[in-house]
Amino acid sequence: MNTFKIGGVHPEPNKLSAGKKIETLALPNQAVFPLSQHIGAPAVPCVQKGDQVLVGTRIADAGGFMSSPIHSSVSGKVSRIDSVVDASGFRKPAIFIDVDGDEWEPDIDRTDTLALLCTLSREEILDRIRNAGVVGMGGACFPTHVKLSPPKDCNIDVLIVNAVECEPYLTSDHMLMLEHSDEIIVGVRILLKVLGIDRAVIGIEENKADAIQLMQSKTSMVSGIEIMPLKMKYPQGGEKQLIEAVTGRQVPPPPALPANVGCVVQNVGTVFAVYEAVQKKKPLIERIVTVTGKSVKNPCNLKVRLGTPVSQLIEYAGGMPEDTGKLISGGPMMGRPLLDDKAPVVKGTSGILMIPEADAVRRAERNCIRCAKCVQACPMGLEPYLLATASEAGDWATAEENWIMSCIECGCCQSTCPSRRPLLDWVRLAKNRVGGIIRARNTKK
Amino acid sequence: MAQKLYITTSPHVHCGDTIERNMRTVIWALVPAFIASVIVFGAGALIVTATSVASCLFFEWFITRFLLKRPSTLSDGSAIITGILLAFNLPSNIPLYMIVMGALVAIGIGKMVFGGLGNNPFNPALVGRVFLLISFPARMTSWPVPHQMAAYADAVTGATPLNLIGQIVGGNTAAADQLPGLKDLFLGNIGGCLGEVSALALLIGFVILLWRKVITWHIPVTILATVTVLTGIMWLINPVLYVNPLYHLCAGGLMLGAIFMATDYVTSPMTAKGMVWYGIGIGILTVIIRYFGSYPEGMSFAILIMNAVVPLINNWCKPKRFGEAAK
Repeated sequence: MNTFKIGGVHPEPNKLSAGKKIETLALPNQAVFPLSQHIGAPAVPCVQKGDQVLVGTRIADAGGFMSSPIHSSVSGKVSRIDSVVDASGFRKPAIFIDVDGDEWEPDIDRTDTLALLCTLSREEILDRIRNAGVVGMGGACFPTHVKLSPPKDCNIDVLIVNAVECEPYLTSDHMLMLEHSDEIIVGVRILLKVLGIDRAVIGIEENKADAIQLMQSKTSMVSGIEIMPLKMKYPQGGEKQLIEAVTGRQVPPPPALPANVGCVVQNVGTVFAVYEAVQKKKPLIERIVTVTGKSVKNPCNLKVRLGTPVSQLIEYAGGMPEDTGKLISGGPMMGRPLLDDKAPVVKGTSGILMIPEADAVRRAERNCIRCAKCVQACPMGLEPYLLATASEAGDWATAEENWIMSCIECGCCQSTCPSRRPLLDWVRLAKNRVGGIIRARNTKK
Repeated sequence: MAQKLYITTSPHVHCGDTIERNMRTVIWALVPAFIASVIVFGAGALIVTATSVASCLFFEWFITRFLLKRPSTLSDGSAIITGILLAFNLPSNIPLYMIVMGALVAIGIGKMVFGGLGNNPFNPALVGRVFLLISFPARMTSWPVPHQMAAYADAVTGATPLNLIGQIVGGNTAAADQLPGLKDLFLGNIGGCLGEVSALALLIGFVILLWRKVITWHIPVTILATVTVLTGIMWLINPVLYVNPLYHLCAGGLMLGAIFMATDYVTSPMTAKGMVWYGIGIGILTVIIRYFGSYPEGMSFAILIMNAVVPLINNWCKPKRFGEAAK
């Protein structure tokens, strides 16, 4: 069975919500839409205070090519354009909408019938994807239309669908595959058409045997779509790791892109969003969110309108457990901590995880004992201990020489360190500094 | 929402590993060799090990408490391991005051002057042993013969296999007749330092360390392989003068050093490639010292010399970076 070659770890899977059917969460009273829900320029509001909007109404335009529009997920009145603290911990501009019903834009197809046929041209499809505000749903939120427009000199020969879900606890992609396999396959075919290629591989980790089996049976008659079971290992869902696991190709260090080795990778949730955008004219206004945690009463997978406050999801899952010490948006390896439960669900919210206080507290750090476990764990072939020490000393040159910009911030190093050193904190700091130095150098040239 | 939340960056989970867990596993892995030493050397083994561990713990506590004025580091378990390994590198009839001196040098000069666990360039137990070896060469190279269960200072001493090997190379080929059989050598039915006698017990410890993922195979296997190849070549050239490589593998401190001393986290390289070069270096130096040096055993010197080279190895041997080939 395939997997990536260098490093990797095996965190406890804790897929508590696996097999729990996707349930639809009720509408919120107020929905909040931060204008930066994607990588790139923030969206620009195109509504004003007091405007009446429907479900699917565009409320903010893309702020450039590398950006994405935002649509209302509810019908109601724009109450204010203000700011909200999101998962980044920063206060960001946002549009607030008071909900007064569930009126949809008339041209959105709300039926469940499978729309198989797609006669649109490549450009029309790309337009629909861009106008629907589709971004990478795995968490990074890279605008999908940008990824589907690779540089002209790159010869793309395979579309890889990321259905790995290697983050512990999260099950939203898993359940999406079980309940919407047909839509996903149509989505894959649409993407193949856009890319002008005829080969797609859907990579799924072996712990999701039911999804593998279902997808295999659905694609057995479809030519060009292959289901590839992968050995369980974190961070297999990392773009570079997945490309290597599936094709054996290694993406060169930054600024090289997956397209440089002929691959385009899309998360399975993104593929579903593409299906809805293209075949149903439905913008990205809802997503599947796993709400989970060891002490959570009812770990579940919820279909949630974007903008819904996290508190409403937690309430549905049985309330925040007494012992909660950390609230995380995303998974435990790469997720971001939330300041409180008022933050809204955004395009990249794959999970809401509540970690008991006993596990949330970092233990005191000790001397590095040079056990080399971080070096063995690093999937990028780096030396986290060295990068962290260089960072601590402000030695940016050493950090750069030792490939710090290749770090994907997967957290393998820090999660294995017996001395509990905050390796990734230091590496992030140095990455930030070195990145700045490199940019300054390039502008001088 | 009544709960107070912690805000830290990812990752938010940890595999649960600790320094203590690793050290505890090493101590467990040393137990078979300790049992073997008690079976072979009786009371002497118990007295030497207890004294060594107690002195190492005392000096670690004393130095952190009164000289460095830092919180105690006793609980990390590293002083216990240094104590056991120092004892394992001593003959079972060594006077107590020498053990205490060795422990002071091991903990004080070998470790604490550099800033404690994690900062020491040399293996502390070996620093202690080599200090004793150079200061008290006679006491450090007279080894009791096995199975004098109640004896300590009064034990009868005799030549070890490595002494005999040295004598053979020196021209006294008659010494070959005194060499113990391979089976005795493997099980530990021979004279020598406490912990080194039973290759079998040490190999059991090796399996424990590998199974619990405390160490990887690279260092021990490359050391043993290098010694096998080098002594094998010499044996093929002249089997009368040079004993067969299996003898070298089981004799002296090779196994103890390869499995427990050279693999010390702090003083060994960080990458697999580096570990292999380090192991090869130790293997070569050991064979050279055993055959051409004035001491019968070269393991401790070989490890200390290679310890000194580790920072260079870390600079030279980088891991294979992701995407390197494609660059």
